[in-house]
Amino acid sequence: MNTFKKLIVLLSLICISIPVFADEAQGTVVHNSNARELMWFFAIVLLFLLFAALYVYEKVKQIKKISDRNSGGSKPLKEYLVDMDSRQIDSYLKFRRDKDKQNDDHGISILIWFSVISVLTFNSLPAHAQGQAPSSFWTEGGVIITVLLIAIPILAGAFLMTIKVSKLFQVYQNKKNLEEAEKLAAYLQQPGNDDIEQVLIKRKLALDFTLNHQELSGTLQPEDTKGLLQQVNTDAVLPVVAVKKRAVKRPQIDPALSKLILWFTGTACFWLIFGTTVGEYLGIKFISPDADQLSWLSFGRLRPVHTNAVFWGWASLGMLGLGYYVVPRVSNVALKSIKLGWYTLYLINISVFLGTICLMSGLNNGGGEYREYIWPVMLFFGVGLLLTLINFLQTIARRKTKEIYISNWYIVAAIIFAIVIAIVAYVPFWQDGLGETIIQGYYMHQGVGMWFMLFTLGIVYYFLPQQLNKPIYSYSLGILAFWAQILFYTVIGTHHFVFSSIPWWLQTTAIVGSVGMVIPVAAGTTNFLLTFKGAWYKIPSSYTLPFFLIGIIFYFTGSLQGTAEAFRSTNLIWHFTDFTVAHSHITMYGIICFLLWAGIYALVPRLTGKEAPQITVGAHFWLALIGLLFYTIPLMYGSTLKGMMWMQGKPFIDSVVFMTPYWLWRAIGGSLMWLSHLFFAYNLYKMLTGSTTLDVREAAIEKLNQSYTATERNL
Amino acid sequence: MEFFNNHTKLFTTAFLLFVGLTLFVCIIPALDNQTNNEPLPFAQALSEEAIKGKAVFIANGCVACHTQQVRNVDMDKVWGERPSIAADYADNYRTDFWRNTATLMGTERTGPDLTNIGSRQPSREWQLSHLFNPRIVVKESIMPAYTWMFEVKDKLAEGDVSVSVPEEFMNGQKGKVVAKEEAMQLVAYLQALKQTKLPGDAPKPAFLYKKTGEPNAGSKPGATKELNGAMLYTNNCQSCHQQNGEGLKGAFPPLKGSKIVLDENPELFVDIIMNGYSGREKEGFGVMPAVGTNNRLKAEEVTAIMNHERTSWGNNGKKVTLQQVQKLMEKVKATGK
Repeated sequence: MNTFKKLIVLLSLICISIPVFADEAQGTVVHNSNARELMWFFAIVLLFLLFAALYVYEKVKQIKKISDRNSGGSKPLKEYLVDMDSRQIDSYLKFRRDKDKQNDDHGISILIWFSVISVLTFNSLPAHAQGQAPSSFWTEGGVIITVLLIAIPILAGAFLMTIKVSKLFQVYQNKKNLEEAEKLAAYLQQPGNDDIEQVLIKRKLALDFTLNHQELSGTLQPEDTKGLLQQVNTDAVLPVVAVKKRAVKRPQIDPALSKLILWFTGTACFWLIFGTTVGEYLGIKFISPDADQLSWLSFGRLRPVHTNAVFWGWASLGMLGLGYYVVPRVSNVALKSIKLGWYTLYLINISVFLGTICLMSGLNNGGGEYREYIWPVMLFFGVGLLLTLINFLQTIARRKTKEIYISNWYIVAAIIFAIVIAIVAYVPFWQDGLGETIIQGYYMHQGVGMWFMLFTLGIVYYFLPQQLNKPIYSYSLGILAFWAQILFYTVIGTHHFVFSSIPWWLQTTAIVGSVGMVIPVAAGTTNFLLTFKGAWYKIPSSYTLPFFLIGIIFYFTGSLQGTAEAFRSTNLIWHFTDFTVAHSHITMYGIICFLLWAGIYALVPRLTGKEAPQITVGAHFWLALIGLLFYTIPLMYGSTLKGMMWMQGKPFIDSVVFMTPYWLWRAIGGSLMWLSHLFFAYNLYKMLTGSTTLDVREAAIEKLNQSYTATERNL
Repeated sequence: MEFFNNHTKLFTTAFLLFVGLTLFVCIIPALDNQTNNEPLPFAQALSEEAIKGKAVFIANGCVACHTQQVRNVDMDKVWGERPSIAADYADNYRTDFWRNTATLMGTERTGPDLTNIGSRQPSREWQLSHLFNPRIVVKESIMPAYTWMFEVKDKLAEGDVSVSVPEEFMNGQKGKVVAKEEAMQLVAYLQALKQTKLPGDAPKPAFLYKKTGEPNAGSKPGATKELNGAMLYTNNCQSCHQQNGEGLKGAFPPLKGSKIVLDENPELFVDIIMNGYSGREKEGFGVMPAVGTNNRLKAEEVTAIMNHERTSWGNNGKKVTLQQVQKLMEKVKATGK
């Protein structure tokens, strides 16, 4: 048994080191010029590993000590007596008395069952790198940043593994101590320990000296007169998974507004399911191109259906739904017009529906990404936004607070910018010819950064402090990020057309702007993470906070990955490959979707008073996260090698064949993500209509009311 | 701060900042770009048929996978003679009042770039078979099959263009596959996609990020390595003659055991590569385009391809030498014109 335990510890130690060493080995194989930057990176990784190894070594040493103690030179059992506390002495004495009385020599036997924790570690070693990498590749700033960003989760995994080992050690130690305890018990049961007994009685008296605890408080019974204690659970059962905190009841909000928000969320969910079903099917088509041969379902037509449905349908409606709650709430007034809100809802849904039909029937705007809807269709969307803008501005104008809370800066600015972007990109009177591509770069990136990102940040600035029950760390950082985002984000659109025939200076401006994005991203991430400070302990007991945390982590890694991709040297490898697809999923899915889900799971229970089953919320979270990682990591790895194959002048079709396994991984990851959305839909359904168990108190009050009205009528 | 507590001032400032930057990075450059570029002097406008074909191209979202831009980086050399410049797109205007300009530059290259496809693969037969189902000609392709642009008829009517489709791609149908209007238009568009020559005096934009260690870039003249013939074959010949060299029945003749390929005197062989061939049309094979000239193959490359073809799939012809090919290329150049 001992050796078995040792083996487990050793095995897990190896498991920790494999991913990291593999990572390192891969690096050293490929780079062959002296790369100081890379050395730094590995130095940090090794330092981390060293700490982990030292820690584990320490643990192993302790285990050895315990087993030595067990097998041979143990410390005299008598020594334990000195350390006994009063309660222990008491029960010992009691035991002696009972034994004397009954002369019964049956000891107390304790049964302890051990469950062996087996640590599962997956580390699918990446396939061998094909061909030779140009020596400069691994020393490119952008590449190093990306490798670092990928390494963060791996190191986090190693960290978690170390914790697991430490737990394992604890279990082992407890077992050993128990054995020791049995021996001690046997020793104590031996007859003729009277002198020990005397000593112990004396010791017990000394230990038992206490204050009476009422010197300061008096003798009154405690009472919760302010109603501070909530959700007191008096009969807990052993849960299968950790039980999270339930949503806190909030002051009632206007049922009419509540209904509007729920419709926004519900239709958003519909477009999520629809859009990702299409996306999933597209992923399958990479593996099986002859899945169908129908014009309406052909790849080129469905791809924009997928992107536009999740952009303008799911994400936009979801954001607006949350916005309709946040804006009046932080202004401390009612929404100006609920009716206008309904118009927005109708218009946007009509827009996405018509757009989908148009695209599938072959009517599109000419091919610019996310601009595939023709302008009459997008007009519905634009008017919808305009109505919401008017609504929000008038609400804010009537606010009862002096300040405009930072959420409203972000949300209102996002709507203003989205309208400007739509006008610039869609008004049919001024674009005629070559300007199209410059506008396309501007449009597609502002759509992402100024509409989705800005709005979602506004939502986080409200819901994150609320869920943590503490104020945002720094208002100033939020303001800095706001202005920096406008300044830098606006100019980076053209980085989608690096090396194209767009003016060189414009490409350079975009690249510089992309680097500038470090400022708002770092400011935002710092702000959110420092808001967590002192409240990290709340994460395990909440089912919304993990969504926030993942969204924030991806906000950092995903956004900075965008910076890394914008450099000319990295663009050379990654542009036109599936790397871009992976990046857009890390950002639009990892950031926007996770943060929206966080907001929805926080808000909807407040509106309906019903919660989703925690187990299916958990399923949603894990499937989405694991699916996203399965989707993006193989795709990034494969497309990097694909880009290198292109640079080496390999035949194009070879690069298509080469990508097949990575596309398969993408389809698998995509399936998991899709499955998670079904769970989300189910959860939403449960939050809307879910049958909750009858609340006894509520029912009793109801009954009283009924009997009261009955009496009234009789009188 | 007072400023931050006044919603009119706050949102107006944000709005103006955004609009100002938009003007600077988007609207002014866009207007400048669309007014200050003219089509190149030798540029040929699309035919009416090709314009309709472009509409088919747009409607089916081909741009999702196919770019139409040769970037000024060395790796894009395979897609065109020179990097694309703004003037190449200057002939694009709004499709109509409802739809925007389609420059079709694209942002994903899941399939090959099409800037110069009209030169790289001008064969109509190939394009039609490929459209019906790409896997007929390129086994590993993941492109969708555009079967709805074709119909199956018992008998050919006059003017019908039939497409050779192997039985396993017929989905159990019997008869002749005939290209519908859309397919013909789309192929006309693809055939029209050719890079325009720059005027003689114009400076040619350079390809950046040259591959290091290329054999012809400054290495010793005598030490030229023999090029990878198999790879060049894949890039230039395989889509018709197939990986196994057996071609495609009724469309592209086999090279395996071919008299011309194995001939002691390689003159006709070189001639066909450089100038194309229509000698076997009667047997039902398509016209071969002037692949060598279209793809600007150098003598070294032609030699490598020829030697690959002469020694693969059981062929055991004698290898040709570079000098031999150089001489023949000079010779056939005259007959080609």
